[in-house]
Amino acid sequence: MKLLTHNFLSSRFLKDVSTGYPLKLSIEEKRILDSALDVNFLKNVMVKIDYEVLYNVAESIGESELLPPPDAPVTVDTLNDEQLNKLHRVLVCLDVIVGTLECPESGRVFPIRDGIPNLLVNEDEIA
Amino acid sequence: MLPTPDYRLTERQALTVYDPAEDSFLLMDAIEKDLEVLKALRPQIALEIGVGSGVISTFLAKSLSSLSLFSLGTDVNADACEAAMNTAKLNGVRVEIVRCDLVSAFLPRLLNSIDVLLFNPPYVPTDENEVDASDLSRCWAGGSRGVSTLNRLLPLIPDLLSIGGLFYVVALKENGVEQLLKHSERLRGSIVMERRAGIEYLYILKFERIL
Repeated sequence: MKLLTHNFLSSRFLKDVSTGYPLKLSIEEKRILDSALDVNFLKNVMVKIDYEVLYNVAESIGESELLPPPDAPVTVDTLNDEQLNKLHRVLVCLDVIVGTLECPESGRVFPIRDGIPNLLVNEDEIA
Repeated sequence: MLPTPDYRLTERQALTVYDPAEDSFLLMDAIEKDLEVLKALRPQIALEIGVGSGVISTFLAKSLSSLSLFSLGTDVNADACEAAMNTAKLNGVRVEIVRCDLVSAFLPRLLNSIDVLLFNPPYVPTDENEVDASDLSRCWAGGSRGVSTLNRLLPLIPDLLSIGGLFYVVALKENGVEQLLKHSERLRGSIVMERRAGIEYLYILKFERIL
């Protein structure tokens, strides 16, 4: 699971949870994929991501160094090469293999195994 | 013609994961037929619901690889999630897989954001209690008229798609195609392809978000 995917996931589907976002990420095992920098991809996804959430989750796993701070809007065109590579690393290369996602409101823990987060719950847990 | 992606189901996966068949091929043919339309859309995010073996998502990702598309897929079946991820890898593309019901884990974040949405739902008319009875029946059992699962998703479609975004879905004649095409005034429905396959008469329906 990439941090890019984390950016779009929430546990709002749970009973008594109003936002369920962002999910708290814990990593047990990760991999850094070897992938060529694709600036167009970064431009595409930056339009759709919540950058503050990305920055904060990157910070929580010690990967925020060199990332532009979230206090001002980030546009890919204004980033230097170092920043672009770092953004590429956290969005595209970093792959969570084993870990957990935790609902910030209910504490419900969702496992990540073999790179796949499992947000399937029992019917009685759903709103 | 673009080739069908390679895929390999393990013995275990083959027990519950849908093996690509005529309906899967028709959906790939529709994607290929609409390739210029899809490219012109310059999609940023694609999502497939119920990825199964992963061939459809992989096919789309390969077809649009020049566009730097971000591809996502969901499935309720853990073996399908694994199979889909392997199929993508086998074909040198990335599809991010999340195990969840329909799009539940992506709400509300992906509202108004999905540029290409794909679904090959369980469309075979069956008894209502066969729907969701097992991972295997989830591949095909669609309840009365074969639209029980699709009907849970349809109300969300206009809000999930970006403006101009496209939703492609497999349907069977018995599902009531005319009714499906008109189900929302915020969507423009059309038939992309239709084909008889054995006892089934299959359609690929396309919905464009216009409002």
